[in-house]
Amino acid sequence: MKLLRATLLRLLTMSVTLIGVAVVVFFVIRVVPGNPIAMMLPPGATEDDVARLTALYGLDKSIVEQFVIWLGGVLQGDFGTSISLRQPVMPLVLGRLPATLELAIFALVIAVIVGGALALTGVRHRETRTETAVDVANGVGLSIPDFLWALILIVLFGVLMPIFHISGRISPSLDLPFVTQFYVFESVARLRFDLWWDLLKHMFMPALALAIPLAAIISQLLKQSLKETMHLDYVTLSRTKGYSENHVILSEALPNAMLPTLTLIGVQFTFLIGGTVIIERLFSYEGLGNMAIDAVINRDLPLIQGIVIVFALLFTIINLLVDMMYAVLNPRLRHA
Amino acid sequence: MLDGRGSVKRRLGARLWLSGAWLGLMAVLALLAPWISPHDPLAQDLFAGRLPPFWVTGADPAYFLGTDSLGRDVLTRILYGARIAFSVALVAGLATALVGSLLGLLAGYMRGWVDVAISRLVEIWMAFPPVLFAILLIAVMGTGLTSIIIAIVVIDWTRFCRVVRAEAMNQSAMDYVSSAIVAGRPRRDILCREILPNVLPTIVALLTLEMGIAVIVEAILSFVNLSISTDAPTWGGMIAEGRTSIHQAWWVLAFPLGVLFLTVLSFSQFGEGLKDRFDPVLR
Repeated sequence: MKLLRATLLRLLTMSVTLIGVAVVVFFVIRVVPGNPIAMMLPPGATEDDVARLTALYGLDKSIVEQFVIWLGGVLQGDFGTSISLRQPVMPLVLGRLPATLELAIFALVIAVIVGGALALTGVRHRETRTETAVDVANGVGLSIPDFLWALILIVLFGVLMPIFHISGRISPSLDLPFVTQFYVFESVARLRFDLWWDLLKHMFMPALALAIPLAAIISQLLKQSLKETMHLDYVTLSRTKGYSENHVILSEALPNAMLPTLTLIGVQFTFLIGGTVIIERLFSYEGLGNMAIDAVINRDLPLIQGIVIVFALLFTIINLLVDMMYAVLNPRLRHA
Repeated sequence: MLDGRGSVKRRLGARLWLSGAWLGLMAVLALLAPWISPHDPLAQDLFAGRLPPFWVTGADPAYFLGTDSLGRDVLTRILYGARIAFSVALVAGLATALVGSLLGLLAGYMRGWVDVAISRLVEIWMAFPPVLFAILLIAVMGTGLTSIIIAIVVIDWTRFCRVVRAEAMNQSAMDYVSSAIVAGRPRRDILCREILPNVLPTIVALLTLEMGIAVIVEAILSFVNLSISTDAPTWGGMIAEGRTSIHQAWWVLAFPLGVLFLTVLSFSQFGEGLKDRFDPVLR
């Protein structure tokens, strides 16, 4: 009963947040001075043409009226028609979302592996130069945002040592058999590892740029929790039992030290997804973020709204999942 | 134990000094840019396009760090770019700190419906991808320095608000605040003279971090061509130009990128260093 009420309350605040986002973005972009209709017509268009198209996209009505109509459509899954691409918004957004999700998940995997390895190395060799090196790496990783890491990676591995692709999602010369937009997953399912490898070679640089700051955060927090756990009695006990230091860290301390880091990863993952917007632009990666920047430049109001709402929905869902995961993993909450 | 603390202290000191020195140097160079720059930042010389930096063969010593595709001097544009970067950092950083801290103090001290309203607003703001929000705002307001500063304040006030709110709540629960209430002092007086001075170190440390973020945001906006004018010498604009000609002239990208890297790193390390300096345990 209590759980049900908590869940309902949670869903209610989620919808309040989403409606808030919708209101903010809807009214902010309607203060735009540029006329999107004028931009899409050829130079010889008459006043009449402008008026007809304005009416077609509903831009002649009052802002409040437009909002009510738009919200009504959104609740039925209809986000309107893109002005610049002249296609329904929802299929466009859903067509690009998988590329962004694959990039974000790949980045998350890199961040967890690198961050975890750094933290474990730092704890294994604590109070030595190795730990200092880990601390310095964490400090630098945290101070520099993904945008700068991306540029540094472009200079280092795109130009000086051209090992990886620095532009696009997949080599354009390849024949694509895909029916879904989840290229990485589908290439594995089809056992087409040549395509899979090409995709990874394109994704590695942008994913690494997104991963470095998160890896530093993971490493810092996990190392701190591990060091605190290492002083607890049960860890000392297992050490006196004669277990090796590696066993003590991995099997005794790690399971208990992981929880705060897991929660943090969830929150930080939403920041990482927010970072894909500019990173996709830098690497000409055809995801949702790249499309969003084009939409803003083209003043494509329906498309901007659709993309922002989808991002906001993604963020709130991730936050919800994190809270649920926390409730499942935390023994104190599980038995409450 | 004493030795351990000593070494921690020495490391903190070095971090604060090094980052402070770099920021000071850049600030001085930015101020003096019109007098020390070897060239005009906008002057194009199409016969001197894409000249490499001085140590590469084919370089012209008059263009110390080389030129971009339009023959503009890279060093000069970095120096003038510092003026824009530091102006944005200072003004946007202070304005963001002011707005965010004020709302955070109100939410943390007043509690009740004020807190609920402000916290709800923060939650809505956190559901926006910040870069997209920034680009959207610039598209709405038009390009220019003022628009960039406003966009940074509108997006990043939540950073101060969340931290200051939590800190104000901690301070409000302390005995010295209770005794001030018992003494019958007015609420505004308690907020300004008791709580604010204790929250101030946190705000100052956050401010330096925010200045680094402001420099990055300006660079990102220049990069997507939404900052000032495409001609203006901004670090982000130089980076954007360099990104397109990276295989022909790596220096157009590498030098502004290096300066931007060191500046952002310094702002962040300076902020972290200040935070530790204010920390009574380490002091």
